[in-house]
Amino acid sequence: MAKRITVDPITRIEGHLRIDVEVEGGKIVNAWSSAQMWRGIEIILQGKDPRDAWAFTQRICGVCTTVHALASVRAVENALGLEVPLNAQYVRNIILAAHALQDHIVHFYHLSALDWVDVVSALKADPKKTAALAQALSPWPGNSVTRFKEVQDKLKAFVESGQLGPFENGYWGHPAMKLPPEANLMAVSHYLEALEYQYKINQVVAIFGGKSPHIQTVVVGGVALAINPENEATLNMERILWAQKLFKEVKKFVHEVYLIDAIAIGALYADWLRYGAGVTNYLAVPDMPLDTKGETFDLPGGTIFGKELKNVKAITSFNDPYFRDNVAECVAHSWYQGDWTKHPFEEDTIPQYTDFKPEGKYSWAKAPRFKGEPMQVGPLAQVLVGYALGHELTKKWVDHALGKLSKISGQDVSVGVLQSTPGRHLARAIRAAMLAELGPKHLDLLLKNIAKGDLTIFNSPRFPKGIIKGFGFHEAPRGTLSHWVVIEDGRIANYQCVVPSTWNASPRDDKGQLGPYEASLIDNPVAEPERPLEVLRTVHSFDPCIACAVHVLNPRKEEIVRVKAL
Amino acid sequence: MSRLFANGLLKLRRRDFLKAATIATAAMGLPVTMVDKVTAALESPKRPPVIWLHFMECTGCTESLLRTSHPDVATLILDLVSLEYHETLMAAAGHQAEENLKRAIEKYRGEFICVVEGGISTKDGGIYCKIGGRTALEILQHVGSEASSIIAIGTCAAFGGVQAAAPNPTGAVGVRDIIKDKPIINVPGCPPNGYNILATIVYILTFKRPPDVDALGRPKFAYGRRIHDHCERRAHFDEGRFVEQFGDEGHKKGYCLYKVGCKGPVTYANCPTQRFCDAGVWPVAAGHGCIGCTEPNFWDQMIPFYEHVPGVEVPSGQGIVGKAERIGKFAIGAAAAGIAIHAAAGAIKKATTKEKEE
Repeated sequence: MAKRITVDPITRIEGHLRIDVEVEGGKIVNAWSSAQMWRGIEIILQGKDPRDAWAFTQRICGVCTTVHALASVRAVENALGLEVPLNAQYVRNIILAAHALQDHIVHFYHLSALDWVDVVSALKADPKKTAALAQALSPWPGNSVTRFKEVQDKLKAFVESGQLGPFENGYWGHPAMKLPPEANLMAVSHYLEALEYQYKINQVVAIFGGKSPHIQTVVVGGVALAINPENEATLNMERILWAQKLFKEVKKFVHEVYLIDAIAIGALYADWLRYGAGVTNYLAVPDMPLDTKGETFDLPGGTIFGKELKNVKAITSFNDPYFRDNVAECVAHSWYQGDWTKHPFEEDTIPQYTDFKPEGKYSWAKAPRFKGEPMQVGPLAQVLVGYALGHELTKKWVDHALGKLSKISGQDVSVGVLQSTPGRHLARAIRAAMLAELGPKHLDLLLKNIAKGDLTIFNSPRFPKGIIKGFGFHEAPRGTLSHWVVIEDGRIANYQCVVPSTWNASPRDDKGQLGPYEASLIDNPVAEPERPLEVLRTVHSFDPCIACAVHVLNPRKEEIVRVKAL
Repeated sequence: MSRLFANGLLKLRRRDFLKAATIATAAMGLPVTMVDKVTAALESPKRPPVIWLHFMECTGCTESLLRTSHPDVATLILDLVSLEYHETLMAAAGHQAEENLKRAIEKYRGEFICVVEGGISTKDGGIYCKIGGRTALEILQHVGSEASSIIAIGTCAAFGGVQAAAPNPTGAVGVRDIIKDKPIINVPGCPPNGYNILATIVYILTFKRPPDVDALGRPKFAYGRRIHDHCERRAHFDEGRFVEQFGDEGHKKGYCLYKVGCKGPVTYANCPTQRFCDAGVWPVAAGHGCIGCTEPNFWDQMIPFYEHVPGVEVPSGQGIVGKAERIGKFAIGAAAAGIAIHAAAGAIKKATTKEKEE
């Protein structure tokens, strides 16, 4: 018997999104993804000074803060053909790595872990056995009997207080929760430690960004972060040494705790490695440029179509026409006038709200397409593209992770298992492991460049008369982000942002092709429609940046049962 | 959210609690002798109920709370207040979350503090932002009418924010444009410093009344002075030493950022003294001008961000402080029109041609 279930709003994600799902025979048979808020930032930008655009666009999101600032200045620099001084590239790359690390850690532990970890079960764990388990996995100093006992005692006191406050009614004891009590206790302990490390790495963002959230040092032409080792009011040795220390501490945590936990979740929920692949076309852009023009990078980008890694095609520069010419957005099912598919330079944004029409328009998100195809973006896409291209650092960490995963799960797994719900978490942890090396590397590059006597941080932009166009991309924590700008006589004539959560949360297009959230939910099991934990697992695995509502409904759309989602 | 849950496990020890109370007292600008009073207010057996609403926003304000340490957001929510509803932080979701809201309003009618994050769409019946099937406008009218007082955090909730920038496609406004019969305290900023949010809440709990506010409803303890007043680059302004372009010699020496667009002379906030993320930083310290994010409609009034504020008399290299005092009287708003910018630019250029080197 099918039921229609409404969960609105889902918490522990940012923004307002609604997902409708049809369930039959314990499986999801259809899905719709619908963004529930529109703010009109792209319209507001028209007529504005292109140098100011980064500040406006950064306010699209305070969770993925930094990313729209980076994409925006790159788009304007691209239009101007403006090179960015090496120091500025390094500073931006340091911010990129530090913010992504903070974001990935918070997403795994504080936004997603409760989909997999039964906190209440941890009360039954034996701290000694927990330490034995944890020490077999990692040399992390926090994996001690004393520590686990302390965490368990605190957990006990908290539960006995009866004041769970905003945390009541979790999915504790849900049949899909499979971890043994010891693994749950280990996870709870790491989850507490993760709080400290996300706080530390955010301080690196603040040191180089002026504040956080919403950094204020990235400008068109470079950075407004003065560098002078001989001055007390600028970026000098003291700041750099502090950042070095923070990076070092966080790197150890990522390699010895976060990555190991993501592997363990994949191994202990091995049956889930079959679910959640969805759209198996992947898009990632290269990032962490190593030169002033954006032609060499530390993170690779490219496309993969139809699941096959051998079909990889690289995206090689900030000017690559392969990327520029193949992105389009469709509004057939989006709350905008028309049913067109257009290149971002040609788009307009005229709202036309119709309420939720599953067969018609049902979302504020447009449907981005690459060569006409829906694409999955995010750490999984980046890791697969890097692996397929033979990128050394990617291969090192993928092979390391898959080796451990095979060992713990007792089955020989290949890179294909990453194309799944737990695989997306693991790919994110692999990316974090890479960034934990690349962040300090770029800090070192910055230091070496300063040592050469180069203190340049800025090339002043000059806007010509007439029309110029530019695009800027950035591989954000949630995937490929691109900004597209048309500038006329030094003023913005058109501005479009094609964001990662739009690629992934995309509604259908004019050909009826499902977006990645929608497609990944198909065939997911749902044990208890009243407690759709499995739906949340798959949706959360994308790291959605939109608070979403999950609606489970049958094809006849009868009987409504309202439940909570956690 | 889970972070709160986690911190709840770490029960606050008495010493930590007193530390939190002391810091909260200091943040409000109160003497140390007030610590006992603050402590007593925070320790009252029934934690005061708070309902936190999210509208058209980016969650940056809540994020800024997540970057505080003394007290951190968990202490606030688990030990200082009773958070009845918060979309981003609460575990419950969907219909049960909405039930929590309903129950809390009934139970604490007229008693609870309502915190609002985000602007409110008013155009086309408010359809541009819906939560649980209701528009932000409906939710605010309903919840706001039952609250004892309202704290509007962030420039969006206070004044409409980024989505209210011209041409304001969704008709976004701040809380004060909707609710007229309640005390509303505005804690603007994009986002505001987490410590300003914390201190405002603790102030109300302690004194059972809103803090003293300025004409725009902003607590004086955080918004009483201009950025310019406590800026570490102020001496350079007074001496006429300016950055002309990012990365130039002046920039490398920490000179004043006024000429590259700093809005510090017309912006009221405590950024230079409070600083961010326990990292000793704020944008001006890093080398970028203030963008005026605590002021109403700064997205219209403070742009272009890289042009200097008009109407500011700049010392001509004589080390004269007096003239600068008049800057505060300069009204942002209509006066900041383009014509004034160009008119003033000439005068300033003239006045600053004789900049002195250190």
